[in-house]
Amino acid sequence: MQTSQKILIIGNGMVGHHFVEQMRQSDANADITVLCGEANLAYDRVYLSSVFDGKTAADLALTTHDNYKQLNINVHTSQWVEGIDRSAKIVTTLTGEQYPYDKLVLATGSFPFVPPIKGNDQPHCLVYRTLEDLEQIKASAAVSKSGVVIGGGLLGLEAANAIKQLGLDTHVVEFAPQLMAVQLDGQGGTLLKNKIEELGVTVHTSKATSEIVKGETSRFRLNFSDESFLETDLILFSAGIRPYDQLGKIADLELGERGGIIINNQCQTSDPDILAIGECALWDKKLFGLVAPGYNMARVAASQLSGGELEFLGADMSTKLKLLGVEVGSIGDAHAKTPDCKELIYQDAIRGCYKKIILSEKGDKLLGAVLVGDTSDYDTLLQYMLNDMDLPENPECLILPDSGGVPSLSGSALPDTATICSCHNVSKGDIVGAIDGGSCDLASVKSCTKAASGCGGCAALLKSVVDNELASRGVEVNNHVCEHFAYSRQELLHMVKVESIKSFDDLLTKHGSGHGCEICKPAIGSILASTWNDFILEPAHVGLQDTNDTYLANMQKDGSYSVVPRIAGGEITPDKLIVIGQVAKDFNLYCKVTGGQRIDLFGARLEELPVIWERLIEAGFETGHAYGKSLRTVKSCVGSTWCRYGVQDSVGHAIEIENRYKGLRAPHKFKMAVSGCTRECAEAQSKDIGIIATENGWNLYVCGNGGMRPRHADLFATDLDTPTLIKYIDRVIMFYIKTADKLQRTSVWMENLEGGLDYLKSVVIDDSLGICDELEAQMELITQTYACEWKKAIESPDAAKRFRQFVNSPETDDNILFVQERNQIRPATEAEKREQRNTQNRIPVMEVEEEQADVLA
Amino acid sequence: MSWHNIGTIDNLVANSGVCALVNNQQVAIFYIPQNPTAVFAISNYDPIGKANVLSRGIIGSIDNKLVVASPLYKQHFCLETGECLEAEAIHLPVFNAKIEDGSVFISSEPKVTTAVA
Ligand code: SRM
Ligand SMILES: Cc1cc2nc3c(=O)[nH]c(=O)nc-3n(C[C@H](O)[C@H](O)[C@H](O)COP(=O)(O)OP(=O)(O)OC[C@H]3O[C@@H](n4cnc5c(N)ncnc54)[C@H](O)[C@@H]3O)c2cc1C
Ligand code: SF4
Ligand code: FES
Repeated sequence: MQTSQKILIIGNGMVGHHFVEQMRQSDANADITVLCGEANLAYDRVYLSSVFDGKTAADLALTTHDNYKQLNINVHTSQWVEGIDRSAKIVTTLTGEQYPYDKLVLATGSFPFVPPIKGNDQPHCLVYRTLEDLEQIKASAAVSKSGVVIGGGLLGLEAANAIKQLGLDTHVVEFAPQLMAVQLDGQGGTLLKNKIEELGVTVHTSKATSEIVKGETSRFRLNFSDESFLETDLILFSAGIRPYDQLGKIADLELGERGGIIINNQCQTSDPDILAIGECALWDKKLFGLVAPGYNMARVAASQLSGGELEFLGADMSTKLKLLGVEVGSIGDAHAKTPDCKELIYQDAIRGCYKKIILSEKGDKLLGAVLVGDTSDYDTLLQYMLNDMDLPENPECLILPDSGGVPSLSGSALPDTATICSCHNVSKGDIVGAIDGGSCDLASVKSCTKAASGCGGCAALLKSVVDNELASRGVEVNNHVCEHFAYSRQELLHMVKVESIKSFDDLLTKHGSGHGCEICKPAIGSILASTWNDFILEPAHVGLQDTNDTYLANMQKDGSYSVVPRIAGGEITPDKLIVIGQVAKDFNLYCKVTGGQRIDLFGARLEELPVIWERLIEAGFETGHAYGKSLRTVKSCVGSTWCRYGVQDSVGHAIEIENRYKGLRAPHKFKMAVSGCTRECAEAQSKDIGIIATENGWNLYVCGNGGMRPRHADLFATDLDTPTLIKYIDRVIMFYIKTADKLQRTSVWMENLEGGLDYLKSVVIDDSLGICDELEAQMELITQTYACEWKKAIESPDAAKRFRQFVNSPETDDNILFVQERNQIRPATEAEKREQRNTQNRIPVMEVEEEQADVLA
Repeated sequence: MSWHNIGTIDNLVANSGVCALVNNQQVAIFYIPQNPTAVFAISNYDPIGKANVLSRGIIGSIDNKLVVASPLYKQHFCLETGECLEAEAIHLPVFNAKIEDGSVFISSEPKVTTAVA
């Protein structure tokens, strides 16, 4: 390995940065210096638009000065390179600084092309490439009503999305007769246009802009060559990119006819000591405007400079994106240019999707594809093309919706050479290797191969490969709670019981390491609570709880809390309704009826919680445990009391059951419902415990839920009398609490129980393990020691102290601010907060500045 | 450096956090009695969740770094350096903190102020 060769890199974009990392990895001693033209170190340009969804520059950063320092890389920001002296091997910057090199790497990327239209150089005529451009767009949008993007390619549509999100009336003007002419065919382009117009962006195709003049109703008028015109306040050029190759020109390197610094398979330019990578490089007459090929070149260049033999042999330009919410994919030969190829088209005007596959002459290989409106087949199609795999006999099934028996390529069907992540060049074989090397979950495969950490497009495929591999080896997935305890939740529970451990510290000293974390602390808090039923706010337990448990209320996005009193079975008296209303009025809280048949009051400040609860408890309310991993609600329908079909008193039962299990801590929250007849108005079959009345008693359903992955509950037993019903519920719930993993809901718990439903029935109904007496006794103990936590909290002398915002001041949090909407409060947005602060001129200017500094910090 | 007395040690909660107003800045103060350094102070503002909530996070350790997990979106902030383990570019202001004669003192200005770009 060569030692301390001087490597100088010009440009710290995505590719330049990737090179630096690769170079440092393959040569620990190289003397590496980076000249970065922008003020920011490398950031994720691909996700530039996410800044409009609230991401910050920091979120996009790919590295930091500290990080470079640690890697022993010299970096100079805002250093624009002006000259290269090849014979002296020295580079000169705009400010006159000089840097010597042994090997020079050009990673200068490209710049947006602004077509030579008269008037294109005025203020509010902008481009979209860098973080600085974004600032200008934001500033201009703030004083504009409408915006036009010139250029309807991939980047143009991204840009249109951006200015639409800034609230402008948005138009796209495209010279060609269709959108995304590079990636899509005519029909795909037309569908995309229709879909985008449905979203409120106006698209003008076949329009050539001839000049930009002063507008009548807006800042500008665009005059088109067909005499029509369009008025707008802001213009964003996105008419393609051009390689930043002027340094190549200055240094007299060979350039392509239409620009780009020519490189060979080793990424060397015509001067072997100068390499070029990324968007500025021209390989085999091709420029590559995507990150994956750029990263590939970076790897090749690093390998070259450290004695390796990697070569760059071109790249696949397939892309999958979501533009303005519309899914678009383009694979391989999308324009069907291969001689004698065949096309297969599926078009669905109702769902708005268009899929075309391009097949080889014999119809046995996939050459390309165009997908608009639905890219769910993208991964499979791409793998067929990249791996040159034989297509199934009826290739149309690849794009027909749910045609049954679709041979979707799950991880197992792929050859080991299949590329899974093209950004980081990770093959299926690499993933198998990582798993062989000890990675036993998705996260560690990701961190060890870097797969799915570039554009993210391969995440779904990666997961499928990893899951498949793990499953095929019957790998027992590591179920350790976290890095501090090498045990599962169940093992910890056993230790707590057998060794009579009563505090987290005790358990940590005996069986753990480090200080614990936000994963093991609440899990153990819950184990301690369900085993010993101590008040969860005993001093020894306080630090174990999530803020929601500590303050007995759910934290909202702005740091305020919600208040949810229990309304068992959803039944409430007029007087109690009035109390809730009065309390909400007195404390200016937002009121909403929840999906769980009760009322949620939002916007309470920390220090208001005890006072609000005092009022509610005085009126006979209790905590609703909306914050805890515990029973939420028992939903009911009105039942036989009023309903003409009801066969049992579902409300009465729901109330009785809610009161029995309220406050019970469990691995996750659990919900119940009671319906008065088979019409099932309480939706009991979507609950952890569902009860449906029959002529003869009750049918019990278990282990259902709504939420992220809905699951219908399974019928467990039929026509039970009330005591048996309660007995079975006691047993099921207690068995769940004793044996489920942390944060595992009953559905997942049951699915993972060996033997499933039948096993659960044998344990609970036939008492096959002989533990039912113990389960019932445990439940009895807990139901008898129930106490309303909020009552305890406000009665304790230090309640007011515990709920202070500041330990040393009566002030309140000045960052919790509301505005009115539909006659109630809602949290102010960041922009509204700034406005409120600015208009409160009683605050001295000094303080405003400090607050803002705080906001930035 | 000037110190701000925020009251006696009973204001702190062992193995957990509280918030104090120091020189108009919200400071989250964490107390780990069995640790060689027992008190830590960082800004209370979570720049990712954009709310003043860090004093209400759970504290613990990740790879031997003492951290607090934001109660909003669970990013970890180092109690000693203020760095965010999930977003390298974010560094929270860190304050000096000490216990003297049963009272808790916080420096009126942060130690390092690395503004986020
Ligand atoms: C308020 C409410 C929405 C509403 O306005 O209606 C709500 C609000 C929240 N839900 Fe919910 N869920 C509410 C009914 C539901 C329902 C419907 C129901 O209960 O019938 C469901 C689907 C049913 C189910 O759970 O099986 C539901 C499925 C979830 C899930 C997904 C759970 C899952 O297993 O997939 C979460 C996330 C979690 O728990 O991890 C969640 C989490 C949350 C959290 C706790 C999110 C958070 O951490 O801030 C919200 C707390 C708000 C608050 O401060 O009270 N909420 N949530 C409902 C309160 C019901 C109540 O009175 O207690
Ligand atoms: C909005 C947007 C969305 C995109 N979406 C995708 C996507 O979904 N998928 C995808 O694969 N690609 C996408 N791309 C393209 C991708 O960002 C680029 O392919 C990638 O950034 C190229 O990296 P690079 O390092 O070659 O160039 P760049 O990232 O442009 O970096 C080059 C750097 O060099 C600097 N520089 C230039 N000349 C000099 C000089 N003389 N002196 C000093 N510094 C200099 C420049 O200022 C720049 O910082 C997108 C691009 C944009 C703008
Ligand atoms: S569905 Fe999502 S947003 Fe709505 S209350 Fe539940 S968690 Fe909150
Ligand atoms: S393909 Fe881009 S991250 Fe894997």
